[in-house]
Amino acid sequence: MESKSMHFKANASAKLADVVLQGNLKNAKGKFVTARAKAITELDDFEATRDAAVAIRNKVIDNLDIWLETFERKAEDTGAKVLWAKDGAEVCRLVVEIARKHGVKKVTKSKSMLSEEAGLNQALEAAGVQPVETDLGEYILQIDDNDPPSHIIAPAVHKSLDDVANLFHKVHGTPRKTEIPALTREAREVLREHFLSAEMGMSGGNFLVAETGSVALVTNEGNGRMVTTLPRVHVVVTGIEKVIPTLEDLSTLMRLLPRSATGQSISNYFSILTGTKRPGDHDGPEHLYFVLVDSGRADVVASDFHEMLRCIRCGACMNHCPVYQTIGGHAYGWVYPGPMGSVLTPLYTGLDKALDLPHAATLCNQCGVVCPVKIPLPELLRKLREKQTEQGMRPFTERLGLRLWAWVAQKPKLYALGAKIGARYLKWLAGDSDRIRLLPAAPEWSKGRDFPAPQGKTFREMYAARKGQP
Amino acid sequence: MSSREDILGRVRARLNRGATNAALAREQMLAALSQRTQGPKPAVDAAPEALLARFREKSEVMASTVDIVATEAEVPAAVARYLVAMKLPKTAVAWPSLTTLDWATAGLTVEGRGARDADLVGITGCFCAVAETGTLMLCSSPGTPAAVSLLPETHIAIVRAPRIVPHMEDAWNLARKELGSLPRAVNFISGPSRTGDIEQTIVLGAHGPYRVHLVIVKE
Repeated sequence: MESKSMHFKANASAKLADVVLQGNLKNAKGKFVTARAKAITELDDFEATRDAAVAIRNKVIDNLDIWLETFERKAEDTGAKVLWAKDGAEVCRLVVEIARKHGVKKVTKSKSMLSEEAGLNQALEAAGVQPVETDLGEYILQIDDNDPPSHIIAPAVHKSLDDVANLFHKVHGTPRKTEIPALTREAREVLREHFLSAEMGMSGGNFLVAETGSVALVTNEGNGRMVTTLPRVHVVVTGIEKVIPTLEDLSTLMRLLPRSATGQSISNYFSILTGTKRPGDHDGPEHLYFVLVDSGRADVVASDFHEMLRCIRCGACMNHCPVYQTIGGHAYGWVYPGPMGSVLTPLYTGLDKALDLPHAATLCNQCGVVCPVKIPLPELLRKLREKQTEQGMRPFTERLGLRLWAWVAQKPKLYALGAKIGARYLKWLAGDSDRIRLLPAAPEWSKGRDFPAPQGKTFREMYAARKGQP
Repeated sequence: MSSREDILGRVRARLNRGATNAALAREQMLAALSQRTQGPKPAVDAAPEALLARFREKSEVMASTVDIVATEAEVPAAVARYLVAMKLPKTAVAWPSLTTLDWATAGLTVEGRGARDADLVGITGCFCAVAETGTLMLCSSPGTPAAVSLLPETHIAIVRAPRIVPHMEDAWNLARKELGSLPRAVNFISGPSRTGDIEQTIVLGAHGPYRVHLVIVKE
């Protein structure tokens, strides 16, 4: 997917004015946040479980090469083929090749964010293979002219019931329905046909288990099971960082993932798939492929940002982020929104391609507090800001301003004089009010907020005046 | 250079991989794979009655319905009772491993085979069940096809009470002991399929079953 992250400011302003989106965001936020808060109390020791999850993820990421080789060997022992892709273009090439090799006309897809990263649907279509998204949210987006997802767990969170009703009526040519169960039934019937006729199923991978060479998939709808049970070919497209050691580790992580994502104690379906159809089996794919994708991940290993590789894609950070909750996911401009997206997008698409994202945060650390694998997101955002400054990527006026301030700050007398003039000027500007509506020096910045007016005297002046008083 | 070598090469370079630290990393990996350390688990009372009670409670939270019978011989009648009460057809597809039960006497037409789209009721057993979350563990095999619990709108599962274990970790140990290696598909199922993708409103019956009914056999 092409990144539009450079247009963050303009996008965010438009989203703020979108009444439907604002209503949906408010609705979703309450549900996810409340349900998660309740679900984590079911764990006797949530903190200890988080610590265990951090240790599991670090164990693999700190020796990623060794674990990847082990997973590859185990998976091949089960009859799967393991392929490697450096970037999105290679993902597309490999998946199209697999489709051609097996004479595939239609691919049913369970949700895969990596497939969004790679723009895989467009590549399949160009190759004459029909991709069908089967997660209800992803399906809604696909038939709405490939509208991009705005949340990693609830991809169509920006759509209202009315939007979906109109869309189904238009695309399916059926009478317009307004009840959510009826719309869900309609999608079920349309997609059931696709499940039964597709020759190939595609999924992401929530985890790859090194012990057994398996992929673990978490879904509520059952579409993940459909696309991995019915077609004769199954392709798993997933990031190289998804490996975990054992089935025990899987159990620990599964205590955190659904709770952090949707506030469920467990997802309805949790499948561990190992190899291909066995002799005598009634169902299951005859061919299983893993496409292990780098797309920027390898370069994050042992870097200042290595903790980001622990991410298990639960979406809790965005559900709890005041910025995400205000502007929604589309404004971030690429596949991953919210705090995790503001770290991943610059890392995977280039620091210079997402200049505003590391600043699209209040650093309030709500995300860090809820992250099930304790990724210090605010700290990583701050490090990205530092990199931008080091590499001279900040705007000229900002750099000039900071250099000017640094120069003045080294001259105490000049600094005192400047502060004195500044404090009086701002007090004069505020007039009778204690707030300043518009700062002439920063009109953009003060458009959305008021600036508190100073008392008129600087701290040092007041300190000098009070010196010697009891 | 292949993409595999390119990717692994860059990971190795970042980790300053050399013979010494590679040997150490392999040792740590083998230790992790053999120790299979378990993480913190919520306390679950492992007394048989308590396990059954917890499994039932958690299953109902996940929107499954539960019936309890004393012996396996009573299962067909219990299934028939449920189908009649729900006004559902008395024809079903079942795991081939379940064809030994006397379905006909209970007035049911049950075929043991893989599932088809037209099947409205699917009857399965389970490998074991997890009390912690009210979850069934189903393992695929020729006698236990995966799609029987997936394609039909109604899924009825037979759970033998002695096969209810406290945690998922216990289920893995049971699988290692009894199956040796993992089957093609292990499916953990907790209630009917559902979606919340339209306005975060939960609707049961997304792509899989609309309803899951558990018949627990006490013996």
